Amino acid sequence: MIRIEHIYKSFGDKRVLEDITSTFHRGKTNLIIGRSGAGKTVLLKIMVGLLRPDRGRIYYDEVDFLSLGRSALRKLRMQIGMLFQGGALFDSWTVEENIRFPLDMFTSMTMGEKRKRVQEVLEKVELDDVLHKYPSELSGGMQKRVAIARAIVMNPRYLFCDEPNSGLDPKTALIIDQLISEITRKYDITTVINTHDMNSVMQIGDTILLLQGGRIAWQGTKDEILYSKDETILNFIFASPFLKGLRERALRCEE
Amino acid sequence: MNIARIIEHFFFQLGQWCQWMWMLASRPEKWSVYYREAIRQADAIGIGSLPVVFIISVFFGAVTAVQFSYQISGTFVPNYYIGYIVRDMSIIELAPTFTCMLLAGKVGANIATEIGGMRQKEIIDAMEVMGVNTVAFLVWPRLVAALLVIPMLVVISAGVSIVGGFYTSIWGNLFTASEYILGLHSFFEPYNVFIMLVKAVVFAFLLTTISAYQGYFVGTGSIELGRASTRAVVFSDVAILIADYVIAVIMT
Ligand SMILES: Nc1ncnc2c1ncn2[C@@H]1O[C@H](COP(=O)(O)OP(=O)(O)OP(=O)(O)O)[C@@H](O)[C@H]1O
Ligand SMILES: [Mg+2]
Repeated sequence: MIRIEHIYKSFGDKRVLEDITSTFHRGKTNLIIGRSGAGKTVLLKIMVGLLRPDRGRIYYDEVDFLSLGRSALRKLRMQIGMLFQGGALFDSWTVEENIRFPLDMFTSMTMGEKRKRVQEVLEKVELDDVLHKYPSELSGGMQKRVAIARAIVMNPRYLFCDEPNSGLDPKTALIIDQLISEITRKYDITTVINTHDMNSVMQIGDTILLLQGGRIAWQGTKDEILYSKDETILNFIFASPFLKGLRERALRCEE
Repeated sequence: MNIARIIEHFFFQLGQWCQWMWMLASRPEKWSVYYREAIRQADAIGIGSLPVVFIISVFFGAVTAVQFSYQISGTFVPNYYIGYIVRDMSIIELAPTFTCMLLAGKVGANIATEIGGMRQKEIIDAMEVMGVNTVAFLVWPRLVAALLVIPMLVVISAGVSIVGGFYTSIWGNLFTASEYILGLHSFFEPYNVFIMLVKAVVFAFLLTTISAYQGYFVGTGSIELGRASTRAVVFSDVAILIADYVIAVIMT
């Protein structure tokens, strides 16, 4: 479980986040949604310590994240996996070297054990025959999957994904969503996902936090959205008249 | 920008650089990974730079010999002085300073672009989240590689330069081989070779850390990446010349 309390962040005069308080649960996929520029990436980066908030607190299962010393922080970070918007793979390393890197750096496994582990996570993301390829030789969706494989290779307890399915076709996006949600449940991970893909919201959104202009505009579960009367969230999720119509028809049918 | 702003900016950068360098003072997470990276970098710097260092050095020696023989013609300075001058010029100044300035343009720009690219593609962030000390991981292998390889390149440059002076000038009938060789044997100071090595090490340190720093703090977008690489070269060259002066004052 991760809890954030009263997070504020500005860049110069520009206020990006204001008074964000929320809880992200273990074994659940917790979504942060919002329009482009709403501050999703900034919030995620604050939660993993890449940016420092101006004010506020962050707790990782009771551990006060912001007051950790350098070595304690590094130790905690070994339990964090993160998937970046662009994949963030080393172009000059092969897929195997990329995925193996955290193992090389932080474990004393033998080469055989490491190879086996890499193979395992590659199977999990349903990739084969890519071990010795370079990232540039893979499609966008495959790179994303390699990045997921790297994010989970250390068996993280916390997983952060910044727009895991931006730029992917709906089918691949769905596979990646399902994969993340499956891993989350199976290994009881606390997963936080940034997205503006409404399919994922309705597919895997165990909890949903809507950011608007740096403030929380709505929080709840995906079932609550369906029956919600809150215009903000409805307008966001069912932005198009077509979807709005579908929802109304669905609700009418249920009655 | 006025002078005060420039000075303020300079000290801000210097402070940030020192703070950043402080991150180097930590134990590597895993020696083997650092070692592997250092080998990769040494290969890129060393083998990659050999041809251009070779060509430039031949011309150092040649130009120095031709110029000097022109200067002393019609005077009472004996011809064998040419060998002596080319040797000392190569060792003290041309080999370390020119080679390192050249390498700032080649290796330095390369380091800045590579690390800057990693920053822009969030690779540095990704490593940071894993718990890697990214400054140490990005700088140490390159620094170690540079500190080993660049002094070797400088030694090679000095040798090639001396040979270059010999051949071109013999072909130009400016002096005889035995005069040149006599010059090479005259007034030899081993201490100068030591100065050359000190310079090579100091310059290698400067150009690697300055370039890596520029890449590490690159802004967003490809224009900024280009700027970072330009700054890496310019700042490295300036730093090398200042250090050259300081070393000259201290050591001679
Ligand atoms: N390093 C920074 N310096 C200044 N402003 C920044 C910085 N990082 C982000 N911002 C600003 O913060 C705001 C939120 O950015 P953020 O990247 O979090 O948006 P986002 O919700 O992730 O959008 P997207 O869906 O497009 O990725 C933007 O207006 C952006 O300009
Ligand atoms: Mg974003």
